[in-house]
Amino acid sequence: MADLPKTPLLDELEKGPWPSFVKEIKMAAKVSDMSKDLLGQLELSYNEKIGYWKHGGIVGVMGYGGGVIGRYSFLPDKFPNISHFHTICINQPSGWFYSSDSLRTLCDIWDRHGSGLTNMHGSTGDIVFLGTVTDELEPVFEELTQNGFDLGGSGSDVRTPSCCVGPARCEWSCYDTLKVCYDVTQKYQDELHRPAFPYKWKFKFAGCANDCVAAKARADISVIGTWRDAIRVDNAAVADYVANGLNIERDVIGNCPSKCMEWDGSELKIDNSNCRRCMHCINVMPKGLRPGTDTGATVLIGSKAPIVEGALLSSVLLPFVDIDGEEFEDFCEIMEEIQDVWCEEGKARERIGEFIQRVGMGNFLEAVGLDPVPEMVAFPRDNPYVFYGQDDDEEEEG
Amino acid sequence: MTDPKKRITDIGPPHYDKFLPPAVKANYGKWKYHEVVKPGVMVHVGESGDKLYTVRAGSPRLVSTEKIRNFADLAEKYCDGFLRFTSRHNVEFMFTNEANIDPLIKDLADLGHPVGGIGNAISSIVHTQGWVHCHSAATDASGIVKCVMDECNDYFTSNKLPGKLRIALACCLNMCGAVHCSDIAILGIHTRPPATDHSSLKKVCEIPSVSASCPTAAIRPATVDGFESVEVIEEQCMYCANCYTVCPAMPLNNPDTDGVSIWVGGKVSDARCAPKFSKLAVPFLPNNPPRWPEVVDVVMKLVDVWAKNARPYERMGEWIERITWPRFFKLAELDFTKEHIDDFKHAGLSYNRTAQLTHVS
Repeated sequence: MADLPKTPLLDELEKGPWPSFVKEIKMAAKVSDMSKDLLGQLELSYNEKIGYWKHGGIVGVMGYGGGVIGRYSFLPDKFPNISHFHTICINQPSGWFYSSDSLRTLCDIWDRHGSGLTNMHGSTGDIVFLGTVTDELEPVFEELTQNGFDLGGSGSDVRTPSCCVGPARCEWSCYDTLKVCYDVTQKYQDELHRPAFPYKWKFKFAGCANDCVAAKARADISVIGTWRDAIRVDNAAVADYVANGLNIERDVIGNCPSKCMEWDGSELKIDNSNCRRCMHCINVMPKGLRPGTDTGATVLIGSKAPIVEGALLSSVLLPFVDIDGEEFEDFCEIMEEIQDVWCEEGKARERIGEFIQRVGMGNFLEAVGLDPVPEMVAFPRDNPYVFYGQDDDEEEEG
Repeated sequence: MTDPKKRITDIGPPHYDKFLPPAVKANYGKWKYHEVVKPGVMVHVGESGDKLYTVRAGSPRLVSTEKIRNFADLAEKYCDGFLRFTSRHNVEFMFTNEANIDPLIKDLADLGHPVGGIGNAISSIVHTQGWVHCHSAATDASGIVKCVMDECNDYFTSNKLPGKLRIALACCLNMCGAVHCSDIAILGIHTRPPATDHSSLKKVCEIPSVSASCPTAAIRPATVDGFESVEVIEEQCMYCANCYTVCPAMPLNNPDTDGVSIWVGGKVSDARCAPKFSKLAVPFLPNNPPRWPEVVDVVMKLVDVWAKNARPYERMGEWIERITWPRFFKLAELDFTKEHIDDFKHAGLSYNRTAQLTHVS
């Protein structure tokens, strides 16, 4: 193989304590000339302060409408080995758990067919095989599926769902995030691989309100673990924290959003009817406090990044669902009802959150068959322009 | 008998159960509490009394197959072959033998990976493809992340901070990875309207979709130079590049005028207060590869001013709201300009409709 291109600017990013992506590309360049050309093009980008990738391009594997992102270089004469440099999204195992064997299998497949470069992982959660040519897409797909892996989503589809580490390792997980994520992914394989929606649809599953997968910020459906009954308190452990220097009045009691806690030196009293399950007190004293045992999830809807109508955080749709128990199928039915209405009435490239803003939450709830509940609003309307039900008039006229 | 080579599709991911370490399976759903043993190392204790140690190491997200195999080697050496990755691109090794902690940390250091990011620390910077792979990037992602994390490495490998700090980077307004709720967000931006190629537009774009894609309705069909195309009302364009997302003939990438903006105060968790969006702190910094000194300086200044002034557990946004935005601008030594005032749909909601002022001079 020829030597690596000269990359004085990129070489600067091999210095310093943080692991260097430049080193990673150079390691991959030992395996593949694609990565060698990537280095050359990236160095040019650093010199010229602009990227050299063309816009999109429809490529994929037979029978799927997504899972592969087409990418072509603007400079195929200079960098022929990245003239096509497509990305393959591979659905990760729930919680991003792997065995060394499974990782080696993936690496072997990729070294045979692509650039030797990956993202572990993409922002949505998929494993990303970064860069190969069109002719290698089917062979990679075949090897992946023969080894039990499948592509993730892309385009106007159900995107690859993701979840936090959940009950596998976290004592705060209020439902089985790994299982629900897996079950939802398997149930909606068709919707995931064959884009048929107005725009993208993302599920994310977090075991508690700490939301370590940022579901409330970036998923259309944010499933956040919670509980309905009392926080479990171990007063001896709480006293230990205080004895070891915790300023419980300032850092715990003072930070409670509903001011529902009192500490008298030996007992922590919590008015659970006012507790908002925000997780702060539990975060501070993991040995002293635990979520309750009547657990489930709050389902919120509609978050998204700015394009087009502005960023949104998810808002409450279902205050409490026994999502990893008896109400999983009910949850799925509601999801499908929402998708039906959105597919029928949504505009092209209109996320469900924007759709709800456009048609109004009240009208949306009627369309999907859900009753309005106060948990859905931060506060009721403060403008008096109310569409009082015209049906009432008709009844009176009889 | 089925053909063994029959094409397999729609199987979804492998079941996670195959990849759970034995100690995880034995205590699944039955963990009792956890403690941070030292920076980057925590122990979870099960109701059974079992202890599971986790060592978390930073990763550049863009990793070679060789590096993944190195991680697999470490997993085999210390963890019976199991490992996982986190939602912020870090890698985690889990094991029950406490004696493994220090040798593993050393092996990771030899491989170039610092251990940290747990608790009151700066964890890895969530980011996307940048110039490595994206057509719409206004800046490079991996490069800025490397530069900022080099400066923040000490905060990654220690627990000195008052609370958690999450930094995220998006190389354009599409924000693939949601930087809109981070304590500090770095956002690639364009500052000039698209350079429309009217001769090719109709061939590669759907004109109604292009018009509909503009958040400020600045685009309309028009005949330009004899071509059926679109025109951009430039005073209404705020360079979001959504038109480019739907139309390759309207690029906005421009090496002279693209740059980076800095946003502060977002949070995702519900702890203490509801989630918040990040708000504009610095409207424009230039792209100066390879080390982006202006960006690194501003980010470190923001980290330091928060670390010095915030109360325990107080995230950046909570600190700012407590001291009020004018005091923040003063302490952080930032200019306040017209760009800082919202002018999109619900702008009025952000105006300060109270006389509660600290009168910082």
